[in-house]
This record gives sequence, structure tokens and C-alpha cells, in this order.
Amino acid sequence: MSVPLLSALIFFPIIGGFSLLIVKREDVQAIKTMALIISLMEFVLSIPLFFMFDKTTYLMQFTEHHSWIPAFHINYSLGVDGISVLFILLSTLVTILAILVSWEAIQTKVLEFFLSILFLEGVMIGVFCATDIFLFYIFWEVMLIPMFLIIGIWGGPNRIYATIKFFLYTLVGSLLMLVGIISLYMKGGHTFDVIELAKHSYSIKFQMWLFWAFFAAFAVKVPMWPVHTWLPDAHTEAPAAGSVILAAILIKMGAYGFLRFSMPILPQATQAMMGPMIVLSLIGIIYGAIICLAQTDLKRLIAYSSVSHMGFITLGIYSMNTQSIEGGILQMINHGVVTGALFLCIGMVYERTHTRAIKDYGGLASTMPIFGSFFLLFTMAAIGLPATNGFIGEFLVLLGSFIHKPWTAFFAATGLILGAWYMLWLYQRIFFNPINKKVVGLPELTTREVLTLLPMVGLVFWIGLYPDAMLSFMHVSVEHLISQVQGSMETAQHVAAVIPH
Amino acid sequence: MRQQITNIFFLVVVICGLSVLPAAANTTHASGEHHSNIHVTVSQHHGTAATSEHAALGHVEEGAVEGHAEKGEHEENVRQLIAPTHDGSLPWWLLAIPFLPLSSFIFTLLFGKRLGVNSHWVPIIAVLISFSCALKAFLTVKSGHFINQDLYTWISSGNTRVAVGFLLDQLTAVMLIVVTTVSSLVHIYSIGYMKGEDGYYRFYSYLSLFTFSMLMLVLGNNFMQLFFGWEAVGLSSYLLIGFYYEKVSAATAGRKAFIVNRFGDFGFILGLFLIFVNFGSLHYYDVFSHAGQIVGHTWTIFGMTFDMPTAICILLMCGALGKSAQIPLHVWLPDAMEGPTPVSALIHAATMVTAGVFLIARCNPLYELSHFALNVVTFIGAITCIFAATIALVQTDIKRVVAYSTVSQLAYMFIGCGVGAYGAGVFHLFTHAFFKALLFLGCGSIILGMHHEQEVKYMGGLKKYMPITYWTFLLASLSISGVPGFAGFFSKDEILTMAFNSDIALGKFAWFIGTFVAFLTAFYSFRLFFLIFHGEFRGTAEQKAHLKESSPVVTIPLILLSIGAVGAGWFGIPALLGGHNYWGHFLMPVVGEPELHISTYAESVLLGTSVLAGGCGILLAFFMYITKPEIPGKLVEMFPRTYNLLLNKYYIDEIYIAGLVEPTLSFSRKALLKVVDGGIIEGIVNGIPRGIGAFSSKLRGLQDGQISHYLAWMGGSALFLFVWMFTR
Repeated sequence: MSVPLLSALIFFPIIGGFSLLIVKREDVQAIKTMALIISLMEFVLSIPLFFMFDKTTYLMQFTEHHSWIPAFHINYSLGVDGISVLFILLSTLVTILAILVSWEAIQTKVLEFFLSILFLEGVMIGVFCATDIFLFYIFWEVMLIPMFLIIGIWGGPNRIYATIKFFLYTLVGSLLMLVGIISLYMKGGHTFDVIELAKHSYSIKFQMWLFWAFFAAFAVKVPMWPVHTWLPDAHTEAPAAGSVILAAILIKMGAYGFLRFSMPILPQATQAMMGPMIVLSLIGIIYGAIICLAQTDLKRLIAYSSVSHMGFITLGIYSMNTQSIEGGILQMINHGVVTGALFLCIGMVYERTHTRAIKDYGGLASTMPIFGSFFLLFTMAAIGLPATNGFIGEFLVLLGSFIHKPWTAFFAATGLILGAWYMLWLYQRIFFNPINKKVVGLPELTTREVLTLLPMVGLVFWIGLYPDAMLSFMHVSVEHLISQVQGSMETAQHVAAVIPH
Repeated sequence: MRQQITNIFFLVVVICGLSVLPAAANTTHASGEHHSNIHVTVSQHHGTAATSEHAALGHVEEGAVEGHAEKGEHEENVRQLIAPTHDGSLPWWLLAIPFLPLSSFIFTLLFGKRLGVNSHWVPIIAVLISFSCALKAFLTVKSGHFINQDLYTWISSGNTRVAVGFLLDQLTAVMLIVVTTVSSLVHIYSIGYMKGEDGYYRFYSYLSLFTFSMLMLVLGNNFMQLFFGWEAVGLSSYLLIGFYYEKVSAATAGRKAFIVNRFGDFGFILGLFLIFVNFGSLHYYDVFSHAGQIVGHTWTIFGMTFDMPTAICILLMCGALGKSAQIPLHVWLPDAMEGPTPVSALIHAATMVTAGVFLIARCNPLYELSHFALNVVTFIGAITCIFAATIALVQTDIKRVVAYSTVSQLAYMFIGCGVGAYGAGVFHLFTHAFFKALLFLGCGSIILGMHHEQEVKYMGGLKKYMPITYWTFLLASLSISGVPGFAGFFSKDEILTMAFNSDIALGKFAWFIGTFVAFLTAFYSFRLFFLIFHGEFRGTAEQKAHLKESSPVVTIPLILLSIGAVGAGWFGIPALLGGHNYWGHFLMPVVGEPELHISTYAESVLLGTSVLAGGCGILLAFFMYITKPEIPGKLVEMFPRTYNLLLNKYYIDEIYIAGLVEPTLSFSRKALLKVVDGGIIEGIVNGIPRGIGAFSSKLRGLQDGQISHYLAWMGGSALFLFVWMFTR
């Protein structure tokens, strides 16, 4: 690939973001328009990834390789495979929507806000592209800064607490990962290259140790139970755009980390830890769903539902078969689309009512019927109604986990019941029931808002009716990943069998 | 009025025009253009006449449905399976059946608001064309041509391939007729019933959505599409029950219906997974043609071992229990009466709730492998049958009486399937669709006349005000009571005979219950009938002043349905009464037919018993509500406990709320939110940094601000670990 497409995707929004500084700070309209144009251009720039991606190979594509810090063999190397490519596209799309939903909502420090969003976009894409684990770590950590600012400056009343919690949680995890990365460098032949590191074999003890070091970073990010408590606070306090990006992209990185690093590099530990990971996932599914029933805050409810949905994703990943992993990855996209869309919706209605308390709503379907239809659609996708994307992901994860261990599917499937329970109850309390006087006379969605939601509607049905559009990207990479994990196990067993005790 | 007449005129023209369509299509069909698509696989069987009419077909292949191990020699397991074809395309009329209502849904949802009072036209025309295409499909099947073809691959991952595909066989054809007929009539009826309602267009778009979903459900050639339709009808039901969403009770009822159904789906989807694990496919053909290979297999979960066919059948049955409102998942159906009455007729009587019966009938090759599962189905059917009928005895809301009677009648169908007489179960589904839809639409007409009054307490003597409603309601009541000659008689009798005849352990038990419930059914139906139409009017003077017969848009569907309520059973007149039981023969290739091994004499006695039971019920109702109307009140005084138990529906809802809903909610609020999340996890998370912060500030006592404390600690510990790593 002669054109450094991935580098362009990373740095275009960052440079674009800083170029906002040339606009006069008071000219809010120009700043917003420019930010939107940059994000649109970035999206257009990412489209070739979709069409030029070679679905027949598991090898990294669109690769770039430059030596960066030769003394420590740190390289600037980028590439995408079937696991990561779709997230880049999702990031570029979601950023556009995040900018659109902030159009009126952000009134202070507008320039800084859009700069943060665009900067965040570039760094997020970097996380998904990096094939050098040190580079990955840099992006991973830098990503915290704009998110920290977005919540801390433009967030709700309790934002400082939420920000610190978010920052500390993720930082503690990340530092443990850093230690893991460095020790990996020491043991893995002095390289940070992910592919090279995966070729090495490590002692099972070292793998286990490293597994938990990575786990600390990734599980917090997912977030898995019991390290999930930062998420409801962060979501509640974040502005709409922050919530959308957080739900759609940021928390996917935890699951992505498991797929990209933990599994290929630490196959035996992964095999050994499948049980505990599955149990944690199941707890997350059920715990997250049940606790949703007790929520009185719109955003908190959706945040806890994320814990439940992310449980499906990690369940899929650690059930370790094609259906479950493909379902898990698809569910990462689906959750990004659906929960992202739900947060967009909540942002829109919050702009009108300035309240997140569920009891302040009721009968909204009468005052905002179009909005009600959109919200219903996303609700149905969230509870996995067939023909929506949510169904395909949940179905594949459940099927895969059933193939792996039927009882896991048994517990996970209770999420179907509980999910319908809390989501439809939420829907009833907001949109049905007698009209609450606080929502009387609220204006219907504007054209801008409808346009913000339409791409998500398109994705819901596109993936729901023709999931092959997404799944076909994954097939080869996922097969390769499974063979990496299971192949090593066979080798290990083989070795164990040959060596006499 | 003029508008009314124009409406009706247009409808008549449209109906006439459309009914020409299938005939025309049929002539083109005779040329055999679809012939090449059709492959028929006839199962290996021993010496029955089953295949004689199909053997003449072009592509007859000898397929194998392995015989079941458990059943005796005398019962043949004759099943014809239609092999999928991959060449050629699906005929347009088959695709039009579901996709026209879908298009009309989208159209009406988007543009209905602008169309206002005219928004019913597109849905009605769509469903009428669907209906004529369904007729065409029926004739195609009747002439011995079948279709099983995929449209496209829906999901593909690993070795999982799921397609959207269509299967047209006898069972599908029957369901298509039921769905499109009742749906068409309900569409027309709603012009009158929903007139002037807010959200008129919304109502019609949901009706179209429902019709589409239900048609997808019955047309699918694989379990996944069945599940799609299954959930989609659930969604439409949710939307329509909650149509008057500003009423808390309506919104809650819709939600309840959805969630209770999800309990069933929980089992259903696990059943699908188990099928996939066993057969590597979710296509009916792949599964049913290899059904025999799971005999003797076992499945272990949670340390318990189950017989594989039994496990699959019971899990699938869970789904059926939810959709068809059988114990213990029946609780949603009575509440579903919050929806507009046409919806109750279409979804909650004639079509959607029969999906569970359809599922079991469709999966009969699997159920044949497990006597245990069949016994469970029979048992649940029998229990639900009497349970719902007893509740119906005392209810006073006319829609609720009919709702409980629906639960009870669905239970008859379950008994039919449970005793292996799937054809009889589907036969009752067919006749029930007509007389029950008629009862509901009759209720709707009464409710219109009474200005949205549903309490029977305020009715009485409506006969002279609403003659058409009166007569059609009478026909429906006679039909449900099993009066000889009416539709319900033939199908109910078929089920009861088959139950008695069956070698399923609980067959005789189910027969006994079923016969007794025939008595109860006749009683409560005529109780309702007499209370509504006879005696003195008990409502207000104002209501009385406005009483009048409903408009023709409402009464014409009633009259059309009453034709079905009377005559739908004539397709299945048993040999005993000199008939040929066309019904049984038509469906036999798909669902088989148990051999009768009771004598003609015994059969006549059974028939006589059930007729007698029904007759007694009607007479008793006449005695208690016409001759001596003071008796019911006295009975209530004599047995207040029983009365309250029945009036409160055996307190099942209260038990669920106290035993399941409230504990979950308080567990969520008190245990998870307060203790685990707020107490333990947050305690640790906030405690550690706080402790460390305190420690480090003691240690240094220099810096202010917590963040920096934390950061300093983070950096320090990272450094420490760094050093430790390198020096180790």
C-alpha cells in the first residue's frame, strides 16, 4: 500500500482539530461547520477500507512500518485485519453523529470541545490500527486525555467525581498493562510487534501472570463485572457526545484488547482462564440487567444495560468458537450502534427537558411521536428482536456459547427476558402512560436530529437483515485467531504427552 | 352515511376483482411453469394409502423419516417432506403474500398521517391481494405442487447457515387461508370500529405489520424464520395491545404480553440451539428428515440427563406455551384485551395465539419421538382447558369471558397435538379462528353499541336493538358449544375422539377433562349470550337511547365470518357421520393421522357424550339466566370462596407478582444496587485510593488535592514495578 491510509486516518482529524484554532473563537457557527466537514471528510477517507479490504486473508492489511525508537525496537507500525477494520469505520461514523448531537447542546468553550472530539477520533483510530504494542499503549493512554476533558469540562453537575473515578480506574488498569508489556518485551525477544510476540511461546506461569495484567486494563475498559462502577458515573455526567463515543467506541477497546493481545499472545492462559472469564461475563449479563430494574435515571439505566450487553460480548469471545467470537465482534458493533443511538436519543430529549429522571417523563409518544418511533426501534434492537442487528449478535453469541457449554447459554439467555423487562419498562415510563406535564409541548425532532439518527437506523436493519456484510470481514481472521489459541493448546498437549514425567 | 356506502361499494368491487385473480393465476399455473421447482419427498412407509395421491407427482423421491422407536407397529409414521430446491425463483404470488402487507406497513407508517381517515385503503387492498394469493397458494398445494426454496442466506458464521426461505405445503396453505381471511375481515371491520380514533393510521400500519409477521411465521422453511415471525408478531401484539398507550393499564398489558412471551422464548431459543447442535442445521427439511437419528441420544445439563427428543420437544413447547397462552404462561392473554377489539379478534383469538399449536404441529416428526413430551403437552392442555373454562364462568367483562374461552379452546388444540392427532388440533385451530373471531367481533359490535361499555352487568335485552349481531353471535355460540352441524362440533369431537383413542398415557384423562369442559364451554358461552341479549336492559337510560345496530362495515364481516363459524367444519366430517374427512386426508402427508382403533360403536358413544355435555351446558345456562335468574346470585352467596377464587383467576397474577416480580425488584434495589454496587464495590474502589491518599499525605504532607496524590502514587508504584521487573 503506497498511500499511508491508516496514518492519514489517524492524523487527519488530529490536525483538523488543531486547525480549528485558526477560526475566531467567537465564530461558533464556523467552528461547528468546520468540525463537521472534517469528520465527514474523515468518514469518506475511511470508506476505502470497506471496499478495498481483502477478506480472504488474516494477514494485516494497509500496513505501515517505520522505526520509531530503535534503541528499544519500538516501531510505528500500523495495520488492520478482519477484527479491527470495522471499528475504524464505526469510529469515523460515530464521530460525525457525536458532532451533530452537540450542535446545540454545547454552548461553552465550543472550540475546545470540537477539538477534543476530533483529537479523540484520531487517537481511537490509532488504538485500532496499532500493531506495535508500545504504540498501542501510547494511543491507549493518550485517549484518556480528551475523554477526561470532555466529561470534566462539559459534563453534568457531578462531573469531577465521575472524571476522577473514570481516570483512576482506567489508569490503574493501564499501568498494570504497561508492566505486562515491558515484561513481554523482555521475554518475547525484545520486540513490541504483536505478530512477532504471538509467535513466541511463553511459560504457562508467565502467561497467567501476564493475562491478569492485561485483564486489569481490558476488563476495566469493557467494563466487566466487578470493575464496572465507573461506567454509570461517567455516562451520567458526560455530555451526549461523550456518552455516545464512550458507549460506541471506547468501551469496545477492552474487548478488542482481549482479541488482539491476550488471546494470540497468551493462548494457554486464555484456554485456562476461559472458565473464570465466562463466569464473570455471565455475572455481568445478569447483574447488569437486574440492576437496571432499580434505576431511576435514564442514562444510568442505559449505562448498566451496557454492562449486561458487554457481558454477552466477553461471553462470546471466551466461548472460543467461530459463532461465538464472530457474534461477539458483531455484537461490539451492534452495541456501538444501538447504545450509541440510545445515547443520541437521550441527548436530544435532555436538551429539551434538562432532566434525566425517568419519573419526569411519561406520554412522550404523544408529544414527540417521531422520536418515539426512533427510540422504539433502538429499544427493539437492544432487546434483540429478529431483523434488527442486536438479534444477530446475541443469537450467534448464545449459539456459540451453547455449543461450547450449554449451561452458559442457559444463564445468558435469561438476559433476553430481563432485557425485555427493563427496556420495555423504561419505554413505557417515558413514552407511554399519561402525559407528564413536564413534557407537554416539547418540540418534535428537528431535521438535523433525524439525520443524526437515520444512519443508525440504516445500520440496525442492514446488519439485521444482511449480517454477512459485516460477518464476511471476520471469517478468516476469526478462524485464524481460534487456530492460534487452540493450535498452541494442541502443541502444548502434544509436548506434554511426549515428555515423560 | 354516504361515505359509508361508498366505502362498502369500493370494498365489494375490490373483493370481486381480487377473487378473479387466483382463478386467473391458476390457469397459468396449469401449464406447469412451476413444475420444475418442485420436489416431493415421500417417506418410506408400510402399506397405507397415504401416498397414493402424491405418488402420481413428477419428482417423487424416496426419502426417509426414520421410524420412531417408541411407538408400536400399528401406528405408521407417514410424513412427506419437501426437499429444498436451489434453482429457479420463487413465484411472485408467494412472495406477495407476506411482502405486500410489509410494504403497506411501511407506506402507512410513513404517509398515513397525511392520509388521515383514508389511511385504511392501502392496508386493506394489500391484505386482500395477499388473501387472493393465499387462495392461489392453497389451490397450488391442492393440485399437489409444493414449494421449498430459500430466498437468501440470512446468517452465515462457521458451520451455521440460516436462510430466509419459504415452504409451501398443506399445513402452510391452511394457515395462510386462516390468517389472510380473518385478517382481511378484521381490516374491513376496523373501518367501522376504529372510526374517529386518534392514531387511525397507526392502527392500520400495525395491523399490516402483524399480518406480515404472521405470514412470515407460517411460511418459513426453517426454525429461524419461524422465530423471526414469532418475535415480530410479539412486537405487533405489544404495539396493538398498548394502542391506547396513555392508559397505564393498556401500556402495562402490552409490556406484560411481551415479557411473558419472552419467558417462553427463553426455552424456545435453547430448543433451537439444541436442534442445531444435533442436526447442524435449522432447516425443517434437514431436521425432520434426520429426526430419527436422535433417538436414544441423551443431553446432560446441570448434571441431569435427559432424553434428547424429549429435551428438544419440551424446550420448543416452552415457546408454544407463551404464544398460545397455556399454563403457566397464560397470564398475558386476558390482559391483552386492553387492545382494540378487532385486534383481540385477529391476534388474540384467531391467529397469533395459535402459533404455538402451529409450532407443535410443524414439529410433529420430533414430537413423535417422545411420548413423554406428548404427555406433557396433553397434560398442560387438559389442565389449562378446565382452568380457563372455570374462570370464564364468573367473569363479567364480555371480552374477558371470550379471552378465557380462547385460552380454553387453545388448550383443546394442545390436547389434540398432545395425543398425536396434530391434524385434529389444526382442524380446531381452523374452525376456532372463525367462531372465535366472530365472537370477538360481535363483542366489538356490542361495545360500539354500548358506547365502550364492556361490563355485562349493564347489558341485557340487546336482541331487539342489534339483530344482526344477535344472530351472528348466536351462531358463534352454537359453534363453540359443539352443537352438531356447526364447525366447532366437528373439530372438538375429532380431538376428543382422538384423545380417547390415543395410546398416550394421559389420553383418557384428557378426553374426560375435555368432555367436561365441553359442558362448561356451552354453559359460559350461553351465559354470556343470555346476559347480553336477553332479559331486561340494565344500562343507563342514555345508553339505551343510543343503542342501535352497528354499521354495515361492521356487520358484513360478522355475516361472512358466521358462514365460516357454521361451515368450516364441513371439511372434516368424520366417516362415522358419512363424511370423508377431507381435512384429515389433506393434512395427513404433513402431520400424519393416528389410526382409529376403537369400534364405531365406541365412537358414536363418545360423540353422543360430548353432544350431551354441550346440550346440558346450554340448558343449564338457559335455566340459570332465563328461567330462574336469581340462582347465580344465590350460588355466589353459598360459595363465596370458590366464587372469589374464580373471579380472581386463581390469584395466579398475584402469585407471580409476589413470588417473582417483587422479589426481583427488591433484590435489584436492595441487594444489588445498595449493597453490592453501592456498598461493597464502591466501598473498595473509593476506599483504596482514599486510604492510600491518607497514607501518602501522612507520608509526605506536602501536596494538596486528591488527584495529584493519586497520580503520584500511580507513578511511584509503576516505577517500583518497573525497577522490580528489570532487577529480578
